[in-house]
Amino acid sequence: MSALLEIDGLSAALKAPPRAPLLRGVSLGVAPGEVHGLVGESGAGKSTIGKAILGILPQAIAVTGGAIRFDGQDLLTLPRARLDRLMGSEIALIPQDPMTALNPARRIGAQLTDGLRLRRGLRGGELRARAVLALEDVQIPDPEAVLRRYPHELSGGMRQRVLIAAAFAMGPRLIIADEPTTALDVTVQKEVLRLIRQMQRRHGTGVIFVTHDLGVVAQICDRMTVLYSGMVVEQGAAAEVLANPAHAYTRALLAASPRHDRPDAGLAPVPPEVIDALRAEVARFGAGRRTGDG
Amino acid sequence: MAETTPLVEARALELELPDMNAPRGFGPRPRVRILHPVSLTLRRGEILGIVGESGSGKTSLGRTLLRLHEPTGGAVLFDGNDITHRSQADLRILRPRMQMIFQDPQSSLNPRRRVAASLSAALDLGAPGLRGPARRAALEEAARAVGLDPALIDRFPHELSGGQRQRVGIARAIVTRPDFVLADEVVSGLDVSTQAQVLALLKRLAAEMGLALAFISHDLSVIRALCDRVCVMRAGRIVEQGPCAALFEAPQTDYTRILLDAIPLPVPDPGWLERGAPAR
Repeated sequence: MSALLEIDGLSAALKAPPRAPLLRGVSLGVAPGEVHGLVGESGAGKSTIGKAILGILPQAIAVTGGAIRFDGQDLLTLPRARLDRLMGSEIALIPQDPMTALNPARRIGAQLTDGLRLRRGLRGGELRARAVLALEDVQIPDPEAVLRRYPHELSGGMRQRVLIAAAFAMGPRLIIADEPTTALDVTVQKEVLRLIRQMQRRHGTGVIFVTHDLGVVAQICDRMTVLYSGMVVEQGAAAEVLANPAHAYTRALLAASPRHDRPDAGLAPVPPEVIDALRAEVARFGAGRRTGDG
Repeated sequence: MAETTPLVEARALELELPDMNAPRGFGPRPRVRILHPVSLTLRRGEILGIVGESGSGKTSLGRTLLRLHEPTGGAVLFDGNDITHRSQADLRILRPRMQMIFQDPQSSLNPRRRVAASLSAALDLGAPGLRGPARRAALEEAARAVGLDPALIDRFPHELSGGQRQRVGIARAIVTRPDFVLADEVVSGLDVSTQAQVLALLKRLAAEMGLALAFISHDLSVIRALCDRVCVMRAGRIVEQGPCAALFEAPQTDYTRILLDAIPLPVPDPGWLERGAPAR
């Protein structure tokens, strides 16, 4: 099975001097129907990768190397107009915070159907029927009523369901889910994770799942990439990486994660020598790049 | 000497607050019931976890224990004194002994004041007479106690990392040498490594200072790492409480079991996602 998304040696840096690198030669692939977890602590670059794929990197950040191939075409060199046509319809986003991602002044129905109206030219009854279907797909009861509501009239879990419906509404082949459950209660988080898994399986969608929670990765991801300071630390099948982590940093992250089935887990921070070793790897990578480029 | 009387006690505590969601009409706002009779005790040197989902009343309970809310029924006892209806002026004398650590040190520290000034303001509660080098020494001691380089207290909050800022939040709470500290979701915004550091720090401080620590969290995994006992809250009631080991190994109520099962472990479990799914 050929990859749906192939990131090849992606590097990015801040534009302002001293041009601090944010991504250092990241490579990873996502096959159709596969969920790929990006994990790491803040500053690891996991959200930056998501934004680079979507073409929504902040102005201050520049891609300095590599390629992001979707369906074989490099998104980084695609003309803006073609990129815009892909985004939303072929590649969609499930954002982190359902409150800020929805416009508080527009009804759910209007926001949910933006893509179908603008890209597919649907109108009136047909548009409405598609919106109802999209909400039914994410198991929202009484979709007709929800379409008329404003975001503040819905609970956090319902708002996140609406955003999942919006992401899947155009039948995308790739979804970037950027910490989609961080703001939710644990029982709601489980429902939302279940929903994302069901939807992506049913539609064969590839998913990049950004999270800092190794527990979430274990339950929803097929493959995973551990990042530190924009560098790939470890990559592989999620079950394999979690059961037999090859890198000391992955082992340390696991040891630092509290577990309700073990009284002694979650009290050991990542040891300084592991961080020192990682920094040395990062520095070596930088040196390697410079000689390679020169 | 064995400690027998609890330092903090809630006896059938009830709380009603004005309903801020109700439409504004004539007359007083309708009131909503936040806490149904809730009873708990907390001893010196003990860490009590209070866990629940949003709206369960865990934060309101914590704030009522500190008498930031006045209960509408029941009683709050602090070190044997009934403080249920004490005036804020009277409570001010006790404030140095009961402190709070907030969730977000970014928003609970004044961005325009150096860390030392924020710590010093807290110290004004407990030791207003302390001046000059002795005062500075007290601030540096608090910084060292939380593993913060004392030189950092001359910085502004934005010059510190998230973990360092949370240490400042903890230093501010312990600078008055309190007996009771309430920590409300203090690790929920932190990376796992920083979270582990803060949890280990709280555990050490509670033991060293003989603190009674109430630790509010939505995450049972974090509670297990830190706490001796735990109260599980739902809709303003404690549905289950007990020693951590017993509660985690043999939860007695369905709700505790649901909460436990909702927290994913970093071990792939093919049945986890579908377990507990509503029948369709």
